[in-house]
Amino acid sequence: MTETVSTPQATMAAPPRRRNRMGAQEARMAFIFLLPSLLGFIAFMLFPIVASLAISFTNWQLISAPSFIGFANYQRLFTLDPAFFTVLGNTLFFTAEYLVLNIVVSLGLAVWISSLKRGHRWFRVIFFLPTFTPSIAASVVWLLIFTPGGFMDTVFQTLSLQVPNLLLDPKLAMQAVIIVTLWANVGYNMVLFNAALDLVPQSYLEAAKIDGANAWDRFWKIRLPLISPTVFFGTVMTAITSLQVFDQIYVVTRGGPGSATATLGFAIYQNGFGNYQMGYASALAWVMFLIIMALTALQFWLQRKWVHYDS
Amino acid sequence: MTADALPTAAARPRRKQKNSRLRLFLDILNHGALTLVALVFLFPFFWMVSNAVRSDAEVLAVPPRLLPTEWQWQNFAEAWLHLPFGRFFFNSAIVAGGVTAITIVVSALAAYAFARLRFPGRDSIFVAYLGTLMIPQVMLVIPLFLIVNQLGWVNTYQGMILPMAFSSFGAFLLRQFFLSIPRELEEAALIDGASRLRILVSIIIPLSLPAIGLLALFTFIGQWNNFLWPLVVVNGMDYATLPLGLSMFQTEQGTSWNYIMAGAALSMLPGLVLAVVLQQVIYKGITVGAGFGGR
Repeated sequence: MTETVSTPQATMAAPPRRRNRMGAQEARMAFIFLLPSLLGFIAFMLFPIVASLAISFTNWQLISAPSFIGFANYQRLFTLDPAFFTVLGNTLFFTAEYLVLNIVVSLGLAVWISSLKRGHRWFRVIFFLPTFTPSIAASVVWLLIFTPGGFMDTVFQTLSLQVPNLLLDPKLAMQAVIIVTLWANVGYNMVLFNAALDLVPQSYLEAAKIDGANAWDRFWKIRLPLISPTVFFGTVMTAITSLQVFDQIYVVTRGGPGSATATLGFAIYQNGFGNYQMGYASALAWVMFLIIMALTALQFWLQRKWVHYDS
Repeated sequence: MTADALPTAAARPRRKQKNSRLRLFLDILNHGALTLVALVFLFPFFWMVSNAVRSDAEVLAVPPRLLPTEWQWQNFAEAWLHLPFGRFFFNSAIVAGGVTAITIVVSALAAYAFARLRFPGRDSIFVAYLGTLMIPQVMLVIPLFLIVNQLGWVNTYQGMILPMAFSSFGAFLLRQFFLSIPRELEEAALIDGASRLRILVSIIIPLSLPAIGLLALFTFIGQWNNFLWPLVVVNGMDYATLPLGLSMFQTEQGTSWNYIMAGAALSMLPGLVLAVVLQQVIYKGITVGAGFGGR
């Protein structure tokens, strides 16, 4: 009697134990697979993030040992450093104008290309080309175009437009940076949006056409709502990268004239590697990170108003 | 009644014909207009080449000429041979190739663990990986420089490659792809006693070549074009990549614009070739992105 009872118990107890052993083996296996990635992740991602925050509370200048100074760097940012608000303003101005232009132009090109009977692929490639080229090379070419007495000035002169040289005018220099950035990056979102437009079921558009909707209505009432998740994705990613703009400014304007085009990314580089103020530069970097987080959160909050998900 | 109906019936085909001719005309106009926009868009490429093959004095002539008076194609050879652009090209290839190779191996291993193996803390580690995708590079550059400096890796290939080779994006992308592969394919091999590594190498990876190719392409181009990290971690010309070398020449007094343009063209070449040859791969890859964004 006791035997018959105990046998099923024993057989029932065995599988979990075996499963445990297998589970442990699987976990060990997983650890080995994950190890290279995890080591790199900790050394070159997690530790630097923590270190960056720690450094932002010090006055580290590379040569001398760092000492803890609390929130002094952040205090200096907001109360003592007159350059900070200029830099912040430049960054937000650039991001706002560039983001709107990028989305409008890339969406416009995507719709235009999809309206063609033939040649989609080739137009897509042409507008995508700069996306695959080094931003520094693009910047160097545009620098030559913008250079005083160069091609751009000649075009303005030929059209008898009274436009000063873009790089010498504090009000216009940022427009030069925006032109370069737009040319270099608009292709990515264009392909993204064009791909999404291609996925819109043709039957929806045919049905709307039969009901008498014109191309304008079909875009605003059918195609745009249907691709709005993709447009949202493109907007969020573009905003994150444009807040970090650096390469074009480094080559085309060096933050000038004066500090008319100095952005956060440029200021972080200058403070960190020009003046070796690692602590202050880290504080600037954290401000940038917080702005990125805030803007992304804002966009996720706003998406309820215009992004349609088919559930 | 019938007299009224007759002319309209006769007019309809004619109007239809007129309509289709109008539509053809509008189509041609539409293609032509976009072609014009595309040509304007391509102008910087033309300007780069046109200035690369003229004499330096002519680059700075005011007003600039659209085409060189004398085409000096040898400027490319000179930029490659006499200036260190050949060296920069080599460095760029080593760094971009190195980062890509490490990224593929490390990401595939990690992605398999995330997609197929059960272990404690899997989901929280994965979320931590995802969370870092929003971290701005310029924020990491300061502590990364301090680490690399401490290790004595300034001006070394390992210093240029390793800190860039562990982006969590690869693990994320490949995990998504691995999850779409049916488990049944590997269960038979598991019962036969094949090791996990063997399954990954001989079953999962051959099935994932499109995703791995995409990851390789975007990693390679991203690193080929990367500027900020080489700028921080390299001094002097010996280890400079093409973007860094270009910016060095541009800031140096007295460097000839025609050589800089030739160097810029050289640095763009791999990307342009890949963009044209692999256009459908890129399009499909970004379509996946469009899908990602949607869900």
